[in-house]
Amino acid sequence: MKEIKTPLRQEDIRKLKAGDEVSLTGVIYTARDQAHKRLLEALKMRRKLPFDFKGQIIYYCGPTKTPRGKVIGSCGPTTSSRMDEFTPALIKAGLKGMVGKGRRAKKVREAIKKYRGVYFITIAGAGALLSKFVKRSDLIAYADLGQEAIYRLYVKEFPLIVAVDSSGKSVFKD
Amino acid sequence: MKTISADKIKKAVEDLCIRANLFLRKDVLLALRRAYREERNGRARRIIAALIKNADVASSEGLAICQDTGMPVVFLEIGQNVRVSGNLQKAVNRGIESGYRKGALRNSVVREPLSRKKAGFTPGIIHTDIVEGDKLKVTVLPKGFGCENKAQLKMFNPTAEWREIKEFIISAVKNAGPDACPPYIVGVGIGGTADYAMFLAKKSLLSKVPNARKAKSKIEKELLDELNKLRIGPMGLGGDATVLAVHISTFPTHIAGLPVAVNISCHALRSQTKIL
Repeated sequence: MKEIKTPLRQEDIRKLKAGDEVSLTGVIYTARDQAHKRLLEALKMRRKLPFDFKGQIIYYCGPTKTPRGKVIGSCGPTTSSRMDEFTPALIKAGLKGMVGKGRRAKKVREAIKKYRGVYFITIAGAGALLSKFVKRSDLIAYADLGQEAIYRLYVKEFPLIVAVDSSGKSVFKD
Repeated sequence: MKTISADKIKKAVEDLCIRANLFLRKDVLLALRRAYREERNGRARRIIAALIKNADVASSEGLAICQDTGMPVVFLEIGQNVRVSGNLQKAVNRGIESGYRKGALRNSVVREPLSRKKAGFTPGIIHTDIVEGDKLKVTVLPKGFGCENKAQLKMFNPTAEWREIKEFIISAVKNAGPDACPPYIVGVGIGGTADYAMFLAKKSLLSKVPNARKAKSKIEKELLDELNKLRIGPMGLGGDATVLAVHISTFPTHIAGLPVAVNISCHALRSQTKIL
């Protein structure tokens, strides 16, 4: 089990190989379909982004409502391929990592290779269990999107598997 | 004639929404435990163990099994001797609203599919069936969209061979691949019309997942074995557990066609039933 922290450093990314099991501690940002659409618009219009992408990780996740007394509700990954059309532009803008479930398109794998990023998967359909690794959750942008808004999460020893490494190698067959 | 109040129906739906989303179906849990015992791939075993633990955390801590608490699909079997006092459809949707609110579930339904505006909990998809008797059977199936997105329909020629149909079903599961939270439960509807075949496929998911690698019929068993040979495995990382069950429902159809629908469920197959 490799341990990593955010923001991701290039030398840490380089050590990660497809199939590695990784434990992540630090800040990650949630964003799914609608937030991606807005992030891409912001990039195109050269508007300020809700957070600095440099070395950061986006988690494809829209949690449930937060039950009373909890930091966050159930918060597992959503299907990554729906974000494929937006991801290369975000990587080009400095984003280093993505967390989701399932395969990525060729153009995403190529962008990961070109800009030396990394794509992780985490336990799909285990949102209750994953919520135990989230220690803090703050809404930071696009509040009107509700559960699809961008949240800054502080996670401790969050379990990940490297699905596409910085050489573009994937754990999945095409 | 028996009268059932809309309020009673609302309360039943509320309760079913919470229970379905927080407590994994016992048959599904048993199937996961069996998959754990039988799995030979070490990583796949650890992932299945995490899924079993997830069900435990969800029920003991009052958290949803999965953050995608689905689009609620409600099946109503209404006895012909039942009279509902009040508005049935409103009662169901109010039950969903209140159950999803109380259960801290996710508002995953957008009122306007094109503009994607107005996210909320409702409306649910309501299927009604009139049956004999004086009971009202309510079933709530919160269907997550990671797997719903992988549904497929094909209108075959009436002369199609079983082999071709089987290939279509296998290709639908292959297409879902690692993306829709395997190990899957595969619902198949054969016959009827295009819409009815898909309804049958969806309703098949309510069937009990057998607690052994066996099936109700020869063709289900054949498919189950062939699908597991795909070795997609938990999270798509390989393994013996690709499909936990295959349920096929058939219905008479037209001489000119053969509709076949596939509706896949993720391993977090959730549903609960109550009879009023």
